[in-house]
Amino acid sequence: MICSPSFRGAKRRSNPASGLGAAELLRFARNDGLAILAALIFSAPAFAQSALPPSRYAYTQLDDPRREAEARALMETLRCLVCQGQSIADSDADMAGDMRALVRERIAAGEQPEAIRSWLVERYGAWVSYKPTVEPLTWPLWAAPIVLVALGLWLARGRFRRKPR
Amino acid sequence: MRRLLLWLPLAVFFAFLVTVAIGLRKPADTEIRSRMIGKAMPDFALEPAVASHPALTAANLRSGKPRLVNVFASWCVPCKAEAPQLMALKRRGVPIDGVAIRDRSEDVARFLAEWGDPFDRIGADPASRVQFALGSSGVPETFVVDGKGVIRHQHIGDIRPENVPEILAAYEAAR
Repeated sequence: MICSPSFRGAKRRSNPASGLGAAELLRFARNDGLAILAALIFSAPAFAQSALPPSRYAYTQLDDPRREAEARALMETLRCLVCQGQSIADSDADMAGDMRALVRERIAAGEQPEAIRSWLVERYGAWVSYKPTVEPLTWPLWAAPIVLVALGLWLARGRFRRKPR
Repeated sequence: MRRLLLWLPLAVFFAFLVTVAIGLRKPADTEIRSRMIGKAMPDFALEPAVASHPALTAANLRSGKPRLVNVFASWCVPCKAEAPQLMALKRRGVPIDGVAIRDRSEDVARFLAEWGDPFDRIGADPASRVQFALGSSGVPETFVVDGKGVIRHQHIGDIRPENVPEILAAYEAAR
């Protein structure tokens, strides 16, 4: 999936057409429709990305299928720093490509996936990992299902009780 | 007691509703701060990004005096916006080094010619490795590194005129 540009502040750029009313927009489109179409066809994308080609292992798999599977599994649980709802395996951002290359190269060099994950967590915080951790902050999350089932059983206990004859 | 218990699910539901409503109204915070603040600059040795400037290594940042490290790229629009502020910092005597992310030498040279050159050294980071090591999540970002090479401050995004005092203060504090 194509994501927003990888530099900051892009969200702040305003859409030039956003201030126009519907009628104005229609007139605008009629008069300048062709020009806009031409501009859309022939213009370079408004957001610049790096001119460098992607890193070697950004889109290339490792030769060893077992290592590649390990890398793939890790990439699917690491969050893209640019497209913040996607894993680096799903993102097309340059930075995600570089992160995939980093993961693949380190796995190829024999590093354990969890070591790479903790290297990144050390730098970006637990945020960068999709794998849920067990720590005081997340204890309520882990406990919630058990507590809820217990609560449900307790609420429903009357229903299970055999009626005295 | 039983009466009260009957209302409990509804109360829980409303508590949930309120939590969600508050979460929706709050603007999303998409900034990812580096966890490397207060830690030593990770070791790296970058090639020079342009012929006009020497290369940048982690050892250059343990010079005994604080320095700024500006993570930038010629293809990054906000980096152009912050160029005047970097020049102003340089005029105030703040030494600045650059890390050019995924950039080509000719593009960096053009960028410096067009938007000003506040840098003493510029290292090329073609695969974003130093950026990851720093815990930086985009361009531009600016780090204040003290004389011992410890990262003291991170500024995320372009430096606007109103951010300059804050960066100067962090620089002074790193002395």
